[in-house]
Amino acid sequence: MLAAEGLSLVRGGAQVLERLSTALAPGKVTAICGANGAGKSSLLMALAGLHEPSAGAITLDGELLGAMHPRIRAQRIGYLPQETEVAWDVAVENLVRLGRMPHRYRGEQAVESAIAALDLEGLRHRPVSQLSGGEKARALLARVLAGEPRWILADEPFAALDLAHQQALLRHLGQAAWGGAGVALVVHDLATAMNHADRVLVLREGRLVADGAPKEALSPANIEAAWGVAMRWIGDEGARALVSDQD
Amino acid sequence: MDRATLVFAGLLALLLPLSLLAGRVWIDPASTPNAMLILMELRLPRALLAVVIGVGLGAAGAAMQGYLRNPLADPGLFGIAPMAALGAVASLWFGFGPSPWLLPLMALAGAAAGMAMLAAIAGRTGGIALFTLAGLMIASLAGALTALAITLSPNPFAMSEIVMWLNGALTDRSWRDVMLAAPLVTAGIGLLVFAARSLDALTLGEAAARSLGVRPGWLLALLVGGVGLTVGASVAVAGIIGFVGLIVPHLVRPLTDRLPSSLILPSALAGACLVLAADSLVRILPLVTELRLGIALSLLGAPFFLWLLVRMRRGRL
Repeated sequence: MLAAEGLSLVRGGAQVLERLSTALAPGKVTAICGANGAGKSSLLMALAGLHEPSAGAITLDGELLGAMHPRIRAQRIGYLPQETEVAWDVAVENLVRLGRMPHRYRGEQAVESAIAALDLEGLRHRPVSQLSGGEKARALLARVLAGEPRWILADEPFAALDLAHQQALLRHLGQAAWGGAGVALVVHDLATAMNHADRVLVLREGRLVADGAPKEALSPANIEAAWGVAMRWIGDEGARALVSDQD
Repeated sequence: MDRATLVFAGLLALLLPLSLLAGRVWIDPASTPNAMLILMELRLPRALLAVVIGVGLGAAGAAMQGYLRNPLADPGLFGIAPMAALGAVASLWFGFGPSPWLLPLMALAGAAAGMAMLAAIAGRTGGIALFTLAGLMIASLAGALTALAITLSPNPFAMSEIVMWLNGALTDRSWRDVMLAAPLVTAGIGLLVFAARSLDALTLGEAAARSLGVRPGWLLALLVGGVGLTVGASVAVAGIIGFVGLIVPHLVRPLTDRLPSSLILPSALAGACLVLAADSLVRILPLVTELRLGIALSLLGAPFFLWLLVRMRRGRL
């Protein structure tokens, strides 16, 4: 379990998260949703151990995340930031290998598995500057998978991707969850959260306003409360789409 | 041993004996009178000092570019070299120039003060932006104080000594300077090598690096210590030798996988080659007085920097 208990976070003098409690389960895909500035990325970073809570605590299997050695924490939690800039023009293979850093670069097999899982075999020697947006996103996710983390936390991984690559990435993350990893994603597209997540957290101004199965957490009432717009769902389960209530 | 290390180790092995023989007077060990004396007491310490300084500046440049994720970063820009220079200028200002130890020691004290200021301002959070700004401001302050020292020189001789010293040179250096700089540069490179893997992780950005277990405060301490020792020692024995740390990683990068950890040792060797070659060149040039090494490298480095900017603008960097 990756759990937050009474988590508050103050950044730059502003209250970003306020007394937030939740517990994420392994083997599930959890979507974190909310309007801009609701605190989604901050929550994800706090859960990854990258923000020290101002109050409250974050625990991983009962162990306080802040007290954990950074390398041990890194072995267990893989974090994929929104930022996709790679400073040096390294080859895909070397980029993916960085994921083994918390393991002191032991376990080359995991690098090969991640390259194979994300279909990067033909690109392994290609410099990142010569990759398309989708290829780069796959390489960056492969870097996280190469660390074989028990938790994968990704901040808007679909933001720069076209539909086909979004679907592929969703499939990979779903497979990781099938393999027992806990997956938490910051997602802007509510239909993606509705159709693909096992659970949804909805944030508003740093507070958790809904936490549960997608159908309940993303009910029209909750959407109106969190985003201030009236919307409704259409379509069948697993293929729902969100439309304006005025339509 | 990787390709880049081999290439520059081979080049250094070629350049070192050549630089011993090169000079206004070329030495033929078989026929030049007192050849061994000249070699052992003048040329060899000077050549080894060039190697020591080049090794330090090259490694510091590679580490600094890795840390700032910027191919235009130069270790001289971030306060430590100007502070070391200020220490040396102060010793000349007070007339300690003739003392063999006071000038380098005061330069080292200046470098240490620069490191302490950087660590105190940027160390707590380990933020790269804060580090850069703090470094630039420390450099600016040290530059202003150096200019003030020149303006208020007690006599024209001190002023000329300060200006000459600031231009950087390896003229008339002895084994004492090698003995002073070599251990400090070695220790500094040790710290930078230790930081290398963390610098690799920074390729993915600060947040990703931290998620991979990098401790920003610890990395900053290693970097300030490593750059402080290498650059501080270099300024202490030779004055300001700029642009080596900027140029060298660019020569090395195409021969490596481009990760900072692959660059540090080959950049150290390439730095040694560059300083050694430049110092040999300034000795050979038929000028009335020997061209100062610092000026020669700046004449080479500044156009190189502009060329980098043009390449960057065209998106080729």
